[in-house]
Amino acid sequence: MASLDPRIRRAEPALWNVELPPLLPLDQWQTYEVFVVRTRGSHAQHVGSLHAPDPELALVLAKEQYARRSTCVALWVVPTDAIHRTASEEEDLFQPATDKSYREPQGYLTTRERLEKYRHRLQSC
Amino acid sequence: MYGNLVLRPDEIPNWGKKIEEEDPEKLAEFEARIARGEKIEPWDWMPFEYRRQLIRMIEQHAHSEIIGALPEGTWITRAPNFRRKLALMAKVQDEVGHAQLLYSAAETLGKSREAMINDLLSGKSKYSNIFNYPAKTWADTAIIAWLVDAGAIINQTTNSKGSYGPYVRALERICWEESFHLKYGYDSVVYLATGTPKQRAMLQDALNRWWRPIMHFFGPPDTQSVHTEKLVRWKVKLATNDEMRQQFLDMYVPKIWELGLTIPDPILHKDPETGRWVYSDPNWEEFWQVINGKGPCNAERLAVRRFAEANGRWVREALKSPQARYVMPLA
Repeated sequence: MASLDPRIRRAEPALWNVELPPLLPLDQWQTYEVFVVRTRGSHAQHVGSLHAPDPELALVLAKEQYARRSTCVALWVVPTDAIHRTASEEEDLFQPATDKSYREPQGYLTTRERLEKYRHRLQSC
Repeated sequence: MYGNLVLRPDEIPNWGKKIEEEDPEKLAEFEARIARGEKIEPWDWMPFEYRRQLIRMIEQHAHSEIIGALPEGTWITRAPNFRRKLALMAKVQDEVGHAQLLYSAAETLGKSREAMINDLLSGKSKYSNIFNYPAKTWADTAIIAWLVDAGAIINQTTNSKGSYGPYVRALERICWEESFHLKYGYDSVVYLATGTPKQRAMLQDALNRWWRPIMHFFGPPDTQSVHTEKLVRWKVKLATNDEMRQQFLDMYVPKIWELGLTIPDPILHKDPETGRWVYSDPNWEEFWQVINGKGPCNAERLAVRRFAEANGRWVREALKSPQARYVMPLA
């Protein structure tokens, strides 16, 4: 059927005779990871990735891709291969092997009790 | 404790393995993680079959966003006023943006973006059937923006409960953006429905044309659709096609009737006993024909995509850096 789109009718017949060799690796460029700073004073948060030829264009594309609606005050982009992470098999590294209550505020719940006991003792003297 | 974040697809050790060849201990661990409601991330071990199914699904979803922008895009130059034109451009830009998010999610599983684009342009990969139908009048764009996007939101909200982290995160963002599409579509439909007799007739006409593709939208009935128990257990498939279709009918048939429009299916009604919608056979034969390339617009959609790709290549080529090295994106 004839196209309903005037732009497509204008492009014919070239539209139907496109030579298109397959894309090769990296024809779509490398990837960058995108971080958004939502408000002044907040941490940058990872939101996803995109393809770009260089950091400058990565920022332009990041604005289109990740900041079309939500307001933010800054964007960061980092080449994906610059990021290193701990191995997934080592997730249990972050579980405490021993009692770590000495480094948590919940480890100091008896302070007030001790003071109350002391005051009680003074009064009963 | 120094990790292996950056992988190339050829470094995935169990690539291509059949499910029965996978390491049983790792498989059990993987399944237990999903059963606990935890997400799977790109750097976790996963059976190749999980990878393969997700790549297929996310890739098709991405292609659908790209091709889905075309039937509506044809109306940008002919929008009835400036506000509608701005809104339609924003919607079309969103759809293309959604494709970018989804391609990135699929890439984290090990298929490069170049390979996905090649498969779309060669016709090897599929995309949603509904975009192989033409948008004949402005009212068609209103019906698409309201009802097709409503269907997409049901589908995407369902899938956003899935197990694969990058896909879930992309879907959450997409659903959030699509809520504007739905409002915009409903506003456009209501505007025509409350307009002149000619506008109402145009809208009814568009609904008549789109009803059958919309009924096809969630895929063939459960009796014809092969989805293994495994995909449900892995939280890749979260609801059956018929469940999603019923949910759509539940939510939108009353809203369509409220506008005084007629749905072109004389037997459509909700069975008070079963609580399920009863509808005529939407001609599944046509659905299969269109999927296999015989729809009214299949050729035009791919031709437009190929034309755009061919004409934009010199830009990509000019900006390419010889130092670039491919790694799979994080998410």
